[in-house]
Amino acid sequence: MSIEVNTRKVEWVKNETVKELLKRMKYSFPLVVVKINDEIIPRSNFSEVYVPNNSKVSVIHMISGG
Amino acid sequence: MNIEKNKRISKKLKESSVGIAGLGGLGSNAAIALARAGIGRLVLVDFDKIEESNLTRQYYFLDQIGKLKTIALQDNIKKINPSVLIDVYKEKLMKGSMEIRFRNVDVVIEALDTAETKVAFIEEILTKLPDKPIVAASGVSGYGHSDRISTKNLGKLFLCYDENARSSDEDILVAPRVGIMANWEANLALEIILGEDR
Repeated sequence: MSIEVNTRKVEWVKNETVKELLKRMKYSFPLVVVKINDEIIPRSNFSEVYVPNNSKVSVIHMISGG
Repeated sequence: MNIEKNKRISKKLKESSVGIAGLGGLGSNAAIALARAGIGRLVLVDFDKIEESNLTRQYYFLDQIGKLKTIALQDNIKKINPSVLIDVYKEKLMKGSMEIRFRNVDVVIEALDTAETKVAFIEEILTKLPDKPIVAASGVSGYGHSDRISTKNLGKLFLCYDENARSSDEDILVAPRVGIMANWEANLALEIILGEDR
């Protein structure tokens, strides 16, 4: 029962949303792009989408400057 | 020089197009690199005028201060490679319609400034144009630490990324690092268009 978050293996929690996972991982950056397995999760769905067991989660944060 | 390879690549690039959102430090330098490389068509989108402070990193000249970035960059590209077809749009990207100018390009480059607009733009391209490769950059500010930069690939998103960089609100933006990131983006666009260089 585990998931992989940015190559780190962490425990899978049943019924945990993307928003809750970000909080648990202490990813406090306000602006992130999240992909679960091969799917990009829009920010508006962070509090609705559950993180499935065995999934591979990528979290990338965007920093101002261009 | 490998003449065969050069011919093959020139032909492919000539037939290809790249759209660039934002013509500041990232966008202006990426556009120039792609023009020199021989890209066939560029779509350039920006609403802003050139300010003196932009010259620390953006591909403009003193006598262009006050001009629109779209027009000035078009002029500068023409001086280097007049055969590039250029479509310019002097407009601010608005949430809900950010993708419209980029429907007919092969690759999109995100070259915007704030983290908020970067995320909004990337999400709109990925959701509304799901087959479109998009190249973005995050973490351009500061100097040094070139080798903290790497490419992150998430499906159609190719991100030139330094997760340890500070926000430009609390750091500086200067030519070398902005230039590296801009050319990194242009280089990723070439790789997407041409396939991996083996």
